[in-house]
Amino acid sequence: MMASSYNAKEEDGHVAVAGGGTIKNKKPDNTAFKQQRLPAWQPILTAGTVLPAFFVIGLIFIPIGIGLYVTSNNIKEFEIDYTGTDISSPCFNCSQSFSWNSTRPCICVLPFTLEQPFESKVYMYYGLSNFYQNHRRYVKSRDDSQLNGDINSLKNPTKECEPYARNEKVPIAPCGAIANSMFNDTLDLYYIDPNGTRIQIPLTKTGIAWQSDMNVKFRNPGSNTNLTAAFQGTSKPINWHKPVYELDTNPQNNGFINEDFIVWMRTAALPTFRKLYRIIDKKNHMTPTLPRGNYTLEVTYNYPVRSFEGKKRVILSTISWMGGKNPFLGIAYITVGSVCFFLGVVLLIIHHKYGSRNNSADIPN
Amino acid sequence: MAFFGMDCGPRKKKERELERTLRANDREYNLSFRYATNAIKTSKYNVFTFLPLNLFEQFQRIANAYFLILLLLQLLPAISSLSWFTTVVPLVLVLSVTAAKDAMDDINRHRSDNQVNNRKVTVLIGGELRSEKWMNVQVGDIIKLENNQFVTADLLLLSSSEPLNLVYIETAELDGETNLKVKQALTVTGDLGDDIHSLAAFSGKVCCEPPNNRLDRFTGTLTNAGQKYSLDNHRVLLRGCTLRNTDWCFGLVLFGGPETKLMKNCGKTTFKRTSVDRLMNILVLCIFGFLAGMCTILAFGNGIWEQRWGLDFTVFLPREDGVNAPFSAFLTFWSYVIILNTVVPISLYVSMEVIRLGNSFYIDWDRKMYHTQSDTPAEARTTTLNEELGQIKYIFSDKTGTLTQNIMTFNKCSINGKTYGDVIDYTGQRLEINEYTETVDWSFNHLADQSFSFHDHSLVEAVKLDSPEVHSFFRLLSLCHTVMAEEKREGELLYQAQSPDEGALVTAARNFGFVFRSRTPESVTIVEMGKQRTYDLLAILDFNNVRKRMSVIVRSPEGKLYLYCKGADTIIYERLHPSCNKLMDLTTEHLNEYAGEGLRTLVLAHKELGEEYFNEWQQRHHEASTTLEDREEKLDLLYEEIERDLVLLGATAIEDKLQDGVPQTIEQLARADIKIWVLTGDKQETAENIGYSCNMLREEMDGIFSISANNPEDVRKELRNALSTMKPDAEEEENIFMPSTTLGGKSKVVHDEEVTGEYGLVINGHSLAYALESSMELLFLRAACLCRTVICCRVTPLQKAQVVELVKKYKQAVTLAIGDGANDVSMIKAAHIGVGISGQEGMQAVLSSDYSFAQFRFLERLLLVHGRWSYLRMCKFLRYFFYKNFTFTFVHFWYAFFCGFSAQTVYDEWFITLYNLVYTALPVLGMSLFDQDVNDIWSFQHPKLYIPGQLNQYFSKTAFFKCALHSVYSSLVLFFIPYLAVCDTVRNDGKDIADYQSFALLTQTCLVVTVCIQLGLDMTYWTAVNQLFVWGSLAMYFIVTFAMYSTGMYLAAPASFAFIGTARNSLNQPNVWLTIVLTSILCVLPVVAYRFLLIQLCPTINDKVMFHVRQTKAVPPTPKRRARIRLTSSRRSGYAFSHAQGYGDLVTSNRFLRRPAITPSNAFTPLGRITGFSPMGRSAGYSPTEHAQNSKSKCVQATSLQKYTDF
Repeated sequence: MMASSYNAKEEDGHVAVAGGGTIKNKKPDNTAFKQQRLPAWQPILTAGTVLPAFFVIGLIFIPIGIGLYVTSNNIKEFEIDYTGTDISSPCFNCSQSFSWNSTRPCICVLPFTLEQPFESKVYMYYGLSNFYQNHRRYVKSRDDSQLNGDINSLKNPTKECEPYARNEKVPIAPCGAIANSMFNDTLDLYYIDPNGTRIQIPLTKTGIAWQSDMNVKFRNPGSNTNLTAAFQGTSKPINWHKPVYELDTNPQNNGFINEDFIVWMRTAALPTFRKLYRIIDKKNHMTPTLPRGNYTLEVTYNYPVRSFEGKKRVILSTISWMGGKNPFLGIAYITVGSVCFFLGVVLLIIHHKYGSRNNSADIPN
Repeated sequence: MAFFGMDCGPRKKKERELERTLRANDREYNLSFRYATNAIKTSKYNVFTFLPLNLFEQFQRIANAYFLILLLLQLLPAISSLSWFTTVVPLVLVLSVTAAKDAMDDINRHRSDNQVNNRKVTVLIGGELRSEKWMNVQVGDIIKLENNQFVTADLLLLSSSEPLNLVYIETAELDGETNLKVKQALTVTGDLGDDIHSLAAFSGKVCCEPPNNRLDRFTGTLTNAGQKYSLDNHRVLLRGCTLRNTDWCFGLVLFGGPETKLMKNCGKTTFKRTSVDRLMNILVLCIFGFLAGMCTILAFGNGIWEQRWGLDFTVFLPREDGVNAPFSAFLTFWSYVIILNTVVPISLYVSMEVIRLGNSFYIDWDRKMYHTQSDTPAEARTTTLNEELGQIKYIFSDKTGTLTQNIMTFNKCSINGKTYGDVIDYTGQRLEINEYTETVDWSFNHLADQSFSFHDHSLVEAVKLDSPEVHSFFRLLSLCHTVMAEEKREGELLYQAQSPDEGALVTAARNFGFVFRSRTPESVTIVEMGKQRTYDLLAILDFNNVRKRMSVIVRSPEGKLYLYCKGADTIIYERLHPSCNKLMDLTTEHLNEYAGEGLRTLVLAHKELGEEYFNEWQQRHHEASTTLEDREEKLDLLYEEIERDLVLLGATAIEDKLQDGVPQTIEQLARADIKIWVLTGDKQETAENIGYSCNMLREEMDGIFSISANNPEDVRKELRNALSTMKPDAEEEENIFMPSTTLGGKSKVVHDEEVTGEYGLVINGHSLAYALESSMELLFLRAACLCRTVICCRVTPLQKAQVVELVKKYKQAVTLAIGDGANDVSMIKAAHIGVGISGQEGMQAVLSSDYSFAQFRFLERLLLVHGRWSYLRMCKFLRYFFYKNFTFTFVHFWYAFFCGFSAQTVYDEWFITLYNLVYTALPVLGMSLFDQDVNDIWSFQHPKLYIPGQLNQYFSKTAFFKCALHSVYSSLVLFFIPYLAVCDTVRNDGKDIADYQSFALLTQTCLVVTVCIQLGLDMTYWTAVNQLFVWGSLAMYFIVTFAMYSTGMYLAAPASFAFIGTARNSLNQPNVWLTIVLTSILCVLPVVAYRFLLIQLCPTINDKVMFHVRQTKAVPPTPKRRARIRLTSSRRSGYAFSHAQGYGDLVTSNRFLRRPAITPSNAFTPLGRITGFSPMGRSAGYSPTEHAQNSKSKCVQATSLQKYTDF
């Protein structure tokens, strides 16, 4: 083993000359950076680091996974499909006889039973499947300036909204395919008392949209006080039954800042999605929000999905610190943790059998 | 060299000039031809043309053009899947960076142009001398040059201060030769002298060839006063030369500025690309194909989707007018081309350039490649070839000036059976000689050359003790040679030796008290131990290759006749008197010892001649030398006759001084599996000698083949012989090609053959010429490549290049050529990498090289450290870069299946814009600028670390394919884990989380974290800068994300920043973070396991060394300075004569002209080169003059410089 280095004597900087000065020469500076000698941490994959890492990851992931799984399992969720494709479904007639122009709403009633009481706050969602809210042309078919209350955009919607920008020269507000296709079924929930009376369950319709959307992203043109005047000279979206300023009677929940509208406008990432519809608040500590028993769901069937084989669902769910019911994360954590642990064992064995042999082997020169 | 404006830019073409006519001192007449003035312009742009020209040039690059096309595609609303800014921002950035660099370069060119153009020269205008700027000099002007000035333009020499109208010029800038050349003016113009009036009245008319680039040719005529004189190359001074030893001269400007031969000569240097570049080109093509494939699949998907579902979904999402499913598929294809364009990222090329530039700077900055003596740092003249330095398989090296210093030192001698030169301590132990060893004091001899050093005091003692043998020995050395002496001042002798060996011997004799002082054709004057004596020189029996000896016959002042002879031992021994047998044995022992140390030996012998015999011999000699037939043979016979019964005096040993550390460097490089071929113009013996002393040839080698046949059949036979000795079962030529796998019909590639045992091959120029013929080149290549060492001697510059080309053609290997002289330029240009040795002879080799440094030994550091690191870094960079971009892009592919193939992006458009430029640019750049697996000292300890580079192991098609697979896995994880984690779930306040914006944020965060961790895994050298870059980039990602998703940005531009609030609302969710952790762990886990397994089961050399370094945790053993390798060899006959024949004639003929004494001038000495004239620039190696010597071409005014004027 040898290395040649002839430079020891050249290492010492400038050439001294008589007179005590130094000749300015072309010798490069002796800095750690220029000489590539910067101090550095040089980690390498050794048995001492890799194996413990595997075991530690395994040991951390498995408990987390179990925790997540248990949490997810404790969440109560009830789902009911009311698309009405099946002939036995109460909504079959409504789905068959759908027409955009019908003035009389079609109502269907779906009874269901909750086997277990929903103790805490219950969130009511509507779910759609096979609905491509994430299609490129769909996603961009909106005018954020208009939704932000910009008067100019109100009158001149962006090209992106085509073909829902104008209705015979009159600008549409809100424009675009997203707004036009807003979900407009009405869902009501009734509790059937053990003695047979139907009690309507109060549904809160506010607090369902993101705060940032409510406060910043969506704003009505002009002031909230007189929306009719503010939307003067615009047309309602083609599919809508009523104009945007009549979505609700509460002026804080009307026009562009209607929360149902805002929720819809937050397009989904995947073709199957659920959106928050209403919240069922807990009345008091004593009684569960939704006690065990029979319920009916009354649907005002306005929204056509049959043509594209879509499905409509209503979901009632409680939530936990990690959100809604989704066992995936828990299972994934448990699996990854176990695999890690197992790999750790396998690698340990391999390391014992072969590792030492190879590492002690001579380095060829 | 920008000094002369040799960086040539494009020049405008004008009408072809067929002949140039001009009249001296007649500007009006000359102006009518509109010849170029002497102003040069190498810059490309001016303020106004910069932008359009530079943009035009930049868009000629395929990558930039590709992005321009993408940009145009994005402007079509139907297919624009991304906003315009995603392409414009990077493109503008890249264009402006490149433009800035080009502008800097051009400013520098402007500056150097200005500097050159504004130099002052004295011009004769209107009858008086005026100082003018160079740029104002015009064709037909008469200018006056003074000593050490640069020649302003191509001039016709009119007159000079020297006798016979000679001028001496140095052409180092032009062709790299430092020796002076002579030019001579016509007598008719020379008579003008420096008489201003007659010069101003001179109105000669010159007709000459049009501007061209032939440096060695000029034809034209001068018409003056009705007389016509022909002009040739001897009358012309070319721009780029420097006037030396000439007080002044006048010249007539023939060609100016861009039309000078210098400027015409700086043609385009071939643009070199690295093998990684070439591989990249293929890969980029593959990627384009792959991109098209992906887009086609997705377009088909879109067509099917539109047909099946889209048709029904028109309730909510009507199609645009006239778009049906097939047309939509077509549009989608282009939309996906835009989205997936990141597989060929624009920042790749920019980053590669930055990395190479950075690594080039490291070379410039390396103190260990700085040579203190010549104050020369290493220089990376090309900044685009760095990683190629880590893949060198073949090195072609020049000998003289590269391996050796071209300095001969008198090292040892054997006189009368006693050896001198070793330093022996009192115990009788031989001591190592180093720079601290005490040297002999020459104070007893006031004529001694103080720079000569000798360490053995006993020899001086022997001289002082008047030992007759020692005196004869040195007397011989001072008499028997062809050196010429020059004494500028009393006691200041300067020897002009034709070969450095002779110079060394004569200098040794001088120092030991036998000072050669002067010679005339008939006599030699020496100072013997203080007494001046003149010997009559009766005959010089000159050296030639067959005789391998030279003799002189002199008559001493006492009247005795002596023959002094020196030559190769084998030759002299045959001619010794039998009485010397005993001494012969002793001397042979010493000779073996010297030869074993790699010294070049000569044996010295003398004899006294009888008067009558000599007279009779001289008579016959005279007859023989005047006959016309078979003169050579007759003379040879006569010489043979007189040179016998010699009395042995002793032997000399001369060290052809190697450059520092050459044997060690060569050994290190050989251990790194690099094959070194020496291509030298020297003769075979010298080259072999150096081969031994460099440790390239060794006594214990299994065989050394010497090919020196003179006809093709013999060469073929010898080569076949060599091949079958090395490899008896050698395959037939048809089977040695590698199966052609490369695209297109490239030439066949010979695979590497293995051979057991070490062999060497020495081939001379004649045989090489045959071996390089197409019928034999394969045979030669196979034989040569099986040998550890190949030495080609007596090769011409062209052959040097041919050898390099041969290896390049048939071997899939990277070649490097290293040399220092003008004769190496061709091979430096031909090889993949050219290295020039700077700071010695001319600049030509350096000017055409890619890297330059002062010492051969720096090559080791350049390759084993800088090259290896550069290659490692570049490969790591490419692997990581492809990984990160493929991963980024493939997620879109998977998402396509869930968004109706609508070319919807997964990420926010701003993220797409900034991903390559901001979030991931710096960490990978940091890695590729700082990474090192083991430090330089360990790299030297284990030269085998270099081998993976030669085998392309770090980045190849396989590695690329692995990268792509890895990316596929990562992208699957990166898409499906977030997908499954958020589908059908909600936030912990019941609100939406599976919306598009949150999902985009989640995926892109996972991606950034994952690629950062992956980078951490790849990086082995975490400096503070790397830490800063990695953590800084992550922090930057979050900061930028929060900033862009903030209320303020949204209100400023609602359409561009629609992601308002997403970061705030998503990143406070525990399951978002849990998903990020899960995704990134899942992405890197298999990688860690796989790499760990590899290290355990089949560790690479790198792994082993790194583990070793880690284990010892110690500083590597401080490398010891190795003792000079002692050889125990019985090799003989490394005799010292790098002579060319014919010098004897020159010395005895009356034709040499004494050069006028140099007028001491304190003028500047450019580039620290010696102004003194020393013709011992090169040994007989490549000297185009040899042929002239043999043919004895007569020059009208032959001078001692004759050899060089015939250039």
